[in-house]
Amino acid sequence: MDKKIEVRICFGTLCHVMGGAELQLLGEALPPDLKKHVEIKGSTCLEFCHQQGQGQPPFASINGRMLSGCTLQSLIAELYKELN
Amino acid sequence: MAINNNAMLIRRELLTRVAQLLIDNQLIERIDRIPLEMRPRGGDHTRCCIHKDRAVLKYKLMGILGFNIHDEQDELTPLSEYARQAHARTQLTDVVLTVVDEACSSCRKNSYEVSNLCRGCVARPCMVNCPKKAIHFAGGQAHIDPEGCVSCGQCLKVCPFHAIVHLPVPCEEACPVGAISKNERGIEAIDPAKCISCGKCIVACPFGAVVEKSHLVEIFRTMQQGERPVVAIAAPAIAGQFGADLGRIRRSFRMLGFADVVEVAYGAEVTARTEAAELAERLAEGAPFMTTSCCPAYTGMVRKHLPELQPYVSHTRTPMSYCAEQVRQQLPDACVVFVAPCSAKRHEAFHDPNVDYVLSFEEYGAWLIAAGINLNTIEPDTLDGLPPAEARAFGASGGVTLSVKALAPEGSVRDLQISGLDKAAIKQLRAFCKAPTANFVEVMTCEGGCINGCNVISNPKIAARQLQAAVDKAPKIA
Repeated sequence: MDKKIEVRICFGTLCHVMGGAELQLLGEALPPDLKKHVEIKGSTCLEFCHQQGQGQPPFASINGRMLSGCTLQSLIAELYKELN
Repeated sequence: MAINNNAMLIRRELLTRVAQLLIDNQLIERIDRIPLEMRPRGGDHTRCCIHKDRAVLKYKLMGILGFNIHDEQDELTPLSEYARQAHARTQLTDVVLTVVDEACSSCRKNSYEVSNLCRGCVARPCMVNCPKKAIHFAGGQAHIDPEGCVSCGQCLKVCPFHAIVHLPVPCEEACPVGAISKNERGIEAIDPAKCISCGKCIVACPFGAVVEKSHLVEIFRTMQQGERPVVAIAAPAIAGQFGADLGRIRRSFRMLGFADVVEVAYGAEVTARTEAAELAERLAEGAPFMTTSCCPAYTGMVRKHLPELQPYVSHTRTPMSYCAEQVRQQLPDACVVFVAPCSAKRHEAFHDPNVDYVLSFEEYGAWLIAAGINLNTIEPDTLDGLPPAEARAFGASGGVTLSVKALAPEGSVRDLQISGLDKAAIKQLRAFCKAPTANFVEVMTCEGGCINGCNVISNPKIAARQLQAAVDKAPKIA
């Protein structure tokens, strides 16, 4: 059975304005070999922005692991890490 | 154009911090601390040293406060003094862009260079094809004479080793009308006589050296004085920007302190009807074609750079203009704030008697962050009504054509759409004047239309989908 990875992207306004708007394209940007493993979910706010010292927005999480300063490329790299 | 890079993130952080201080009524007291907070002692810096970074941030803030950087009289003037002057300011200007000379890295002159990939081949097509004989060979490699080179790029095209590279000046390359160029100090300067305020240089500069002057201070001051209702009129493109429906966007404006918010699509409906009637009238009188007039950067380009096209530009006013007039008629003492996708609208708004200030999409987003408003978690407002679908569609390329076609007799409109104004498109328009191939020309300075303006938040691909969702909810124009 294929390994499943859950990505949650923060669509809160802070993340959206500070670069997260681009993350809505993750589904289209995923390489074919990743696509079957990844389930993308949106979140109205992951609440990471309210926690001090958690890094810069935009935030996302992969299988519950928080990621900050996300870009499409950094998320894809993290997904490969998680897969392997 | 929404481009994710650090220059954009710094700009949005600065706007957010300024909005926060305005909300807290602490602008004068605390603005001088922003560069220190963003570049604290011992922290990272991107330029030569932390002090240079802080100086650049200071000047960007000066621009955000609405000042021209080159108007600085005394380098020691603190931001608090500029904030004080901004609070007291009663006059704006139509110069909407300013260059932070401290930030401009003085990119090398637009040039072509021979890299060490050059093999010194026998064919030497670069030398043979150079129209100015500016290439010679020495030490087994090609060399370009900078005095003779006219940057035609022919050598780059013919080199079989891809050994020749183009070193562009990004802002100059992005400017469709040659309005930005180096001054005597090698720093980029904008020529107001040529500039069409499109803001492409803002997006293109990798150093974030071009800043759009903001009206944030004026808008807050008007709200705090409480003497006039402050009404936002939001450009159709906003529907694609924040991942939120128009009901939530409307609600957020009221939470920020606006008395009301009106969709500029209502003005777009007037533009559509007037433009369709004008087209029919002009064609009946024998005119070969007519072009749209709703993109102020395009009409500015025609006025300043392509006067032969001027007789064919529609006299119909822009959606913003009609919408502001409607608000003014209902609320004569209102302070009307246009919520805009680009800097060209800020220039246009200055000349419109019914628009007081402009709030860019970025500034609105920064204000939401500062106010702690998450569009996803607030209750949506009920919209008072719905403008026609075709009017909402003005936010993207093809929207004006769609509405004019819907209102014109079937088959009477043969359209040409120019989505993105660059040097090649201007050339195309010049040629079109002499040999028109359509009777209606829609021109949008930004590729894809207003959803790709210099102040947008969302990727235009996503924005187009979200705008379409708003279009689909509205009734067809009748």
